[in-house]
Amino acid sequence: MFVRGLKRKCFDGEEDIEGTLAGIKAIPSYNLQRQSLLDMSLVKLQLCHMLVEPNLCRSVLIANTVRQIQEEMTQDGTWQMINTQSTGQASLDRLVSTDILCRSSRDQAEGKHIAAYGTFNKDFESDQAQDGSETMSTASSVQAPRNLQSNVWEMENPQENKGNFQKSLDQIFETLENKSPNSVEDLFSEVDNSYYDLDTMLTGMMSNTKMGHCDSLETFSSPTNTASNSNCKSDLNDLDHIVEILVES
Amino acid sequence: ADIISTVEFNHSGELLATGDKGGRVVIFQQEQENKTQSHSRGEYNVYSTFQSHEPEFDYLKSLEIEEKINKIRWLPQKNAAQFLLSTNDKTIKLWKISERDKRPEGYNLKEEDGRYRDPTTVTTLRVPVFRPMDLMVEASPRRIFANAHTYHINSISINSDYETYLSADDLRINLWHLEITDRSFNIVDIKPANMEELTEVITAAEFHPNSCSTFVYSSSKGTIRLCDMRASALCDRHSKLFEEPEDPSNRSFFSEIISSISDVKFSHSGRYMMTRDYLSVKIWDLNMENRPVETYQVHEYLRSKLCSLYENDCIFDKFECCWNGSDIVMTGSYNNFFRMFDRNSKRDITLEASRENNKPRTVLKPRKVCASGKRKKDEISVDSLDFNKKILHTAWHPKENIIAVATTNNLYIFQDKMN
Repeated sequence: MFVRGLKRKCFDGEEDIEGTLAGIKAIPSYNLQRQSLLDMSLVKLQLCHMLVEPNLCRSVLIANTVRQIQEEMTQDGTWQMINTQSTGQASLDRLVSTDILCRSSRDQAEGKHIAAYGTFNKDFESDQAQDGSETMSTASSVQAPRNLQSNVWEMENPQENKGNFQKSLDQIFETLENKSPNSVEDLFSEVDNSYYDLDTMLTGMMSNTKMGHCDSLETFSSPTNTASNSNCKSDLNDLDHIVEILVES
Repeated sequence: ADIISTVEFNHSGELLATGDKGGRVVIFQQEQENKTQSHSRGEYNVYSTFQSHEPEFDYLKSLEIEEKINKIRWLPQKNAAQFLLSTNDKTIKLWKISERDKRPEGYNLKEEDGRYRDPTTVTTLRVPVFRPMDLMVEASPRRIFANAHTYHINSISINSDYETYLSADDLRINLWHLEITDRSFNIVDIKPANMEELTEVITAAEFHPNSCSTFVYSSSKGTIRLCDMRASALCDRHSKLFEEPEDPSNRSFFSEIISSISDVKFSHSGRYMMTRDYLSVKIWDLNMENRPVETYQVHEYLRSKLCSLYENDCIFDKFECCWNGSDIVMTGSYNNFFRMFDRNSKRDITLEASRENNKPRTVLKPRKVCASGKRKKDEISVDSLDFNKKILHTAWHPKENIIAVATTNNLYIFQDKMN
């Protein structure tokens, strides 16, 4: 399938692909195209959080498209999981979960405990609020592989996430203390307010996506890429730090 | 705010209602036919304008509720007044539109301007009489059906019993009684227990024109479910499922998106229903579930452009469609084009709704889009189509060959040549 009307990005990467992804019979740029499509879709999903409620139908369709691409990439074998933990498999499922795809980048960093809240819309049940408290404890173990996934996607700005992660975690903790169903909605309403943040996030994302193809392709070709590993390590350190704070308070 | 968001003729065709993004409803009325000018039907002039919905703010979720009118449906006329239902994302309102062309004069205790007279000055009694006055059309909200939808309402449909109606949002369909505003029955609920598992939403719903217990709803995966309310209170299990198997040769990452049904309409007889997905119009026989009886390509030349259309979000445009009886169907496209398909002769035509290219009272010239290769004279190439000029809403007069076509900001009314 040749998708027309799409700007080719990262021409230098093409030579690399032909050599390293030799197992794939398709035209070399198909993977680039597919990756562009994936990135575009994720950007579209990120724009969910606006002042007016996002169009649910559109979000669902985009999320399904992303899932489809991911499934194909998994089958192709171009999707390489960099993880050693047992929860790795679970996080692959999480990735495919629509919920993740619909979150803003700062929410993605918050990990599994947000998953229960269903960000497609702001309609939360009280039982989901309870789920949140249970899954909090598993946050740290899932966090590592999830962030690794994010690196592969190159969708996030790690600096952003650290700050927002802190803020959002605080909010979550407050919310769960309150233990009222509506406050869970308030959590996201606060996160949504600032257009400035949206712009920064978008700028961060767009610059990342441009580089994304090259970086992600390099990651595919060499799983032991030192650059990505060091990113993981620093993220893990951040996580430990944050989880400590959480536990202490 | 002048963007037209819905167009609907009433049951006699005399009135045409439009709703816009600013929450206003404008109703046009057809002039009475002039007996001397038998070759021209009455023109439509503005009859009434009122603000149906106002913008609201949901404080709980910190989100705005748009005042855009998503749908208008007329009730059949029962007395001198007209009634219509109009809905935005969350609230449905029943409006009464009535005429006043007489007013009482000659009260004993009041002056004409309303001031009370000093009773001691009243020496004789008279009976007040009605005197003619300039026609005044008043719109008043008679019922407000609120707080029943968590998600955005996409359809309303009045039942053939003329007492109940349904409203559908992305995940649920509710049944209302026109007289009761504080309760509704939930008849379809496709919300998964875990929202992460959501992969399909409801895109449109309509009651059968004759059978008051039957309705259909379409989904974002290209399926239509027919439900019978007699089967159970919650119609989560369909009575019929209409779905066409996918064509493997046309498969792409966009297959699901373009299969999403944006509109479903029963034919007037109720034997057929029409669905509109991104590239085509399909006619289904209610007796056959496994494939449509006819498929008409609206703008097949866009199939190779799907990626660009995905990028600029046009692929999510929701086009509506409408019937002329059971024979001709009409739907909109881009570049202010709209298409008609004649089921009997299998002919189709593309027309353009624009002021530049058509003078009033001239016959519309058929248009053609050149998909590839050499462009003939008068043809338009795909790349020069304006995707901002989209015709999403069209309506056909219930009895005559008069159509209403809404471009982004303008309403066009066309009629067929009579002689």
